[in-house]
Amino acid sequence: MSDFAATSEPNVPTGQEPAIELRDVCKRFGRQEVLRGVNLTVFEGRTLVIVGASGQGKSVIIKHMLGLVRPDRGTVRVFGQDLNRVGRRGLDDVRRHFGVLFQNAALFDSMNVFDNVALPLRERTRCSEAEIRSNVEEKLALMDLLGSEEKFPAQLSGGMRKRVGLARALVLKPKIVFFDEPTTGLDVSKSNEIYRLFHRTQQQLGYTAVIVSHDVPKIFKLADQVALLADGVIQECLTPEAFQLSDQPVVRAFVEETMGRLYRSDAEEEGLYEKV
Amino acid sequence: MLAFLEKIGTETLWYLETAGRMGLFLLRMLRGIFTPPFKLFPVIRQVHFIGARSTFVILFTGAFTGMVLGLQGYYTLRKFGSEGFLGSAVALSLVRELGPVLTALMVIGRAGSAICAEIGIMRNSEQIDALECMAIDPYRYLMAPKLLAGIVALPLLTAIFDVVGIAGGYLVGVGLFGVSPGAYFQGMYSSVVWADVEMGLVKSLVFGLLLVWIAAAKGYYLHLERSGGFGAEGVSRTTTDAVVLSSVAVLVWDYLITSIML
Repeated sequence: MSDFAATSEPNVPTGQEPAIELRDVCKRFGRQEVLRGVNLTVFEGRTLVIVGASGQGKSVIIKHMLGLVRPDRGTVRVFGQDLNRVGRRGLDDVRRHFGVLFQNAALFDSMNVFDNVALPLRERTRCSEAEIRSNVEEKLALMDLLGSEEKFPAQLSGGMRKRVGLARALVLKPKIVFFDEPTTGLDVSKSNEIYRLFHRTQQQLGYTAVIVSHDVPKIFKLADQVALLADGVIQECLTPEAFQLSDQPVVRAFVEETMGRLYRSDAEEEGLYEKV
Repeated sequence: MLAFLEKIGTETLWYLETAGRMGLFLLRMLRGIFTPPFKLFPVIRQVHFIGARSTFVILFTGAFTGMVLGLQGYYTLRKFGSEGFLGSAVALSLVRELGPVLTALMVIGRAGSAICAEIGIMRNSEQIDALECMAIDPYRYLMAPKLLAGIVALPLLTAIFDVVGIAGGYLVGVGLFGVSPGAYFQGMYSSVVWADVEMGLVKSLVFGLLLVWIAAAKGYYLHLERSGGFGAEGVSRTTTDAVVLSSVAVLVWDYLITSIML
């Protein structure tokens, strides 16, 4: 876990450069104002987990970071580049550092597993077919998917689809990887498998990770920072430990709702027992 | 009154926005054709899908269109004692009008609907977002091969339609009603000039572009459909809209091209 310095922005890890910065990002879809001034910083090599109730706009934040959605107001900077000002080619240059695991894996359903993972290599590099094969097989082995190369997405289980999606996201050794609800729809053991793969690959590749998840509190174990999105703004962005003990009423309500009541000290807990 | 004005304003803005979006989509598709890396195999695959796999339906439609033209033409021309003009009537109708239009309508039904549904499902399942996030231009990767294939395949299919239609007219006129084979072909040779073939060619090129453009754009912007483009129902509704819109566009552009080139 990270060390934090006392700066004007709470919980800024020392000695870390920001990989992604959102400043006062607002977004409206029709009459619905989804984001109302989101401020968020993701530091290089760290893991930010965004939590919040369904429909609050967590995925919309990720889409802003990916440049898939433009903010109505505010700026989104990735490695210092303002995504609103970089143009199409500049955006592509920034996206070359991205890997994304979508909620439903977003595999190309007319391609088999091998071709899905090979696609970024075929389209964005000049690798020979032999190099592509070796690279893809390496990633499939890492995801324990060797032997499934010829299968199509429709023939895979939910967990396998996620692993193929992760293999594809990592095949070009990205600097930032986005995970949109990586374990939704998976049972506990499959979820744990995805988390283990995430942990292992992050250790190996050292990428920055942004995770949108509902899997509280398990997801806290992977996080360096946890941000709560509610009412269109980031209520708090803290270390997992500080997040769980926060006094901020919205955070407190979220923690109690998702994790049950937490006690700051043995004395507090004992006090409650005495009352009972 | 204010609500009425608001409704008119909203509708106008919606149509302007849609028209602008469709126009930009076409420009991006055209840009995609000229954006490297250039890959031939995806184009060939699309030519196979749009062109080769439509051949049977084109052969069938062309033959029966030619036969019914032979039938109708013979009875009409016989009233004036001009059965000898049957060849030129069948050939001119096919080469200038029916060939390009019916070919386009058949390909819209077979391939246009499939293009719209394919891209729509890719949009719904975030596959297009995935392409963008991988810095792969969907216009170059997905749309450009389809557009090129439409522009290549339509003239070829139209040529097949014309030839088979003329043969169908021959079968009925000469084989069934005893029109002189020499008169049938001579009439055709003397009346069909390069300008007629050129008109048919221009139409088929434009229709090839139109059908891929509209089908692909409707699928691509599925999520922006006002009636809701989500789920299987959204895809089916948008595909129907794409087929109707493409067919109407073909008929409108047929009139425009004819009026310009005549």
